[in-house]
Amino acid sequence: MKGVNARALWLHLAVLAGFFALNFLLPEYHRGIFSRVMVLAVFALGYNVAFGYTGLLSLGHAMFFSAGLYGAGLTIYHLDWGVWPAFGAGLVAGVALAVVVGFLALRTTGVAFMIVTLMFAQVFYLTTLYFTTYTRGEEGLVLPQASRVLPLPGVEVSLTDPAARYMTALALLAIVLLALLVLVRSSFGRALVAIRENEERMRMLGYDVFTNKLAAVAVSGLACAAAGAAYAVLFGYVGSGFASIQYSILPLLWVLLGGAATTLGPIIGTLFMFYVVDTTSSYTSAYMLVVGLALILLVLYFPKGIVGTVRERWLPWLP
Amino acid sequence: MAFGPYFLLATLEGLVMAAVLALMALGLSLVFGVMRVVNVAHGEFYMLGAVLAWWFASLVSGHPAAGFLLALIASPLVVAAIAFLAERLVLRRLNYEPEATIVATIGILYIIQQLALTFYGPEARPVQAPFDMRIQLPWFGYSAYKLAVIAASVLLMFATWLVLTRTKTGLIMRATQSDRETAQAFAIPVDRVYAGVFAAGAGLAALAAVLIVPIQQAHYLMGQDPLLLSFIVVIIGGLGSLRGTLVAALLIGLSDGIISMFFSPTLAKMLATLLVALVLVFRPQGLFGAAAR
Repeated sequence: MKGVNARALWLHLAVLAGFFALNFLLPEYHRGIFSRVMVLAVFALGYNVAFGYTGLLSLGHAMFFSAGLYGAGLTIYHLDWGVWPAFGAGLVAGVALAVVVGFLALRTTGVAFMIVTLMFAQVFYLTTLYFTTYTRGEEGLVLPQASRVLPLPGVEVSLTDPAARYMTALALLAIVLLALLVLVRSSFGRALVAIRENEERMRMLGYDVFTNKLAAVAVSGLACAAAGAAYAVLFGYVGSGFASIQYSILPLLWVLLGGAATTLGPIIGTLFMFYVVDTTSSYTSAYMLVVGLALILLVLYFPKGIVGTVRERWLPWLP
Repeated sequence: MAFGPYFLLATLEGLVMAAVLALMALGLSLVFGVMRVVNVAHGEFYMLGAVLAWWFASLVSGHPAAGFLLALIASPLVVAAIAFLAERLVLRRLNYEPEATIVATIGILYIIQQLALTFYGPEARPVQAPFDMRIQLPWFGYSAYKLAVIAASVLLMFATWLVLTRTKTGLIMRATQSDRETAQAFAIPVDRVYAGVFAAGAGLAALAAVLIVPIQQAHYLMGQDPLLLSFIVVIIGGLGSLRGTLVAALLIGLSDGIISMFFSPTLAKMLATLLVALVLVFRPQGLFGAAAR
């Protein structure tokens, strides 16, 4: 892999191997949580491409996640599609939406970009409520177990089996993580960081800033849609809740906590936050309080996040 | 009923909505105009105003007007104090850096919402209107309180305009808005102005909430829709323009009232949100604002 240094590559492979080993070590309850966290970490990784690397603070990424979710879920539920074509439909829906929204929203910058993405996501959310005949709105659809079978060469894997679910989530995480590792070290990834740091200078150097940003939003939308589509087929539930504003804010929180513009940060942030919420919700139902406090304390005292701080202090080679 | 009465009713309901929206959007617009801070927690200050109004009103027994009056005075003050604290403890330390403040106000939103849920609960509770009277209109009787809300909002808007354009406080605020550094060089305590403006903005939202709470019950999630709507109003009106805010609030309030009377409210909200997003994309200075400097 050109541009990726060997240490970084080994570190990422070691992290993935660690996740692989955990499948056999974790008790059942935690294995279930880890499967969910890995899928949501892909969502966070996708968000990080736009927010961390390109500096686009979007408050609308729930729409890309739920475009993947509904793209896969509705085709399975209403059209009886298989898992592969439905997953593909989710990806196409997510990328198409990302390109359209990106094309419009990227005409604005800063605060206006944030508000515009928030509003487009709100329109998407209301759309899922409006077509409640097909989506069943907040209540959502439960995909039949029989349809959640992944045909692989030679075998048919039922995604309702916990081990199969864990491994599928891990496979998705591995593909997305390694692809992003290559991407951020490529000239495209470096151009994105340069745009984040100084857009005017990049324009003066002859880069097409708009096209680069649009490509970043498309890649980001693709990863988020992949997470959404995988969530639909793995956990068999599709509902409007995933399109709500809350699911635009959560990836922001995960990325901030783990470290913006780091490849491993979003995974650590998602895992950490998931367990914080899980642990606190056994003592109190006040989980929004935890999220709120975490957001404020992070921006106040820990703006670089976990991996960002590690990179700054000890390991400057971390991608 | 024929079209006429429906239309009159929709217009009146729209006007009440516009009155409340204008006050709330005014607060948002002040905060953004002077401080350049996008306050995502603005809707929660509104909700807090309504919830506190219920609490204050429940303290007073006797004539409902007494409880309402106490709420009208005390609730905005308490909310302003909370906003003042949030500004001192969080926003100031972030140096008003735009993206960090957005994340921080999202955090404040969650905290306030959770505290309201924990201490106030998930129920919707009403506050009794200070007076119960109906005014006979051509086709039907209409609540005099709702008309009073419209009048109160107009008065408050006028008072804000007076403060902004005719007093020294207003002059200081406008100076800070147009150029923070020069204002500081002229010995204006910019730091204190910011804290005051943030508190005043939250107070306006709370005031709007106290006015609406006899019509619409207090609920811990009631801040979300008005937040989005007041963003819409502020954007269409042009950020920091008082006249624009007023016109846009009328436009949005009336059209929302009329559209949701005749069509599905979800569809109305969808179309309005999409329209505004497109306005922001193609005309970022708003319909009435001047081009950005």
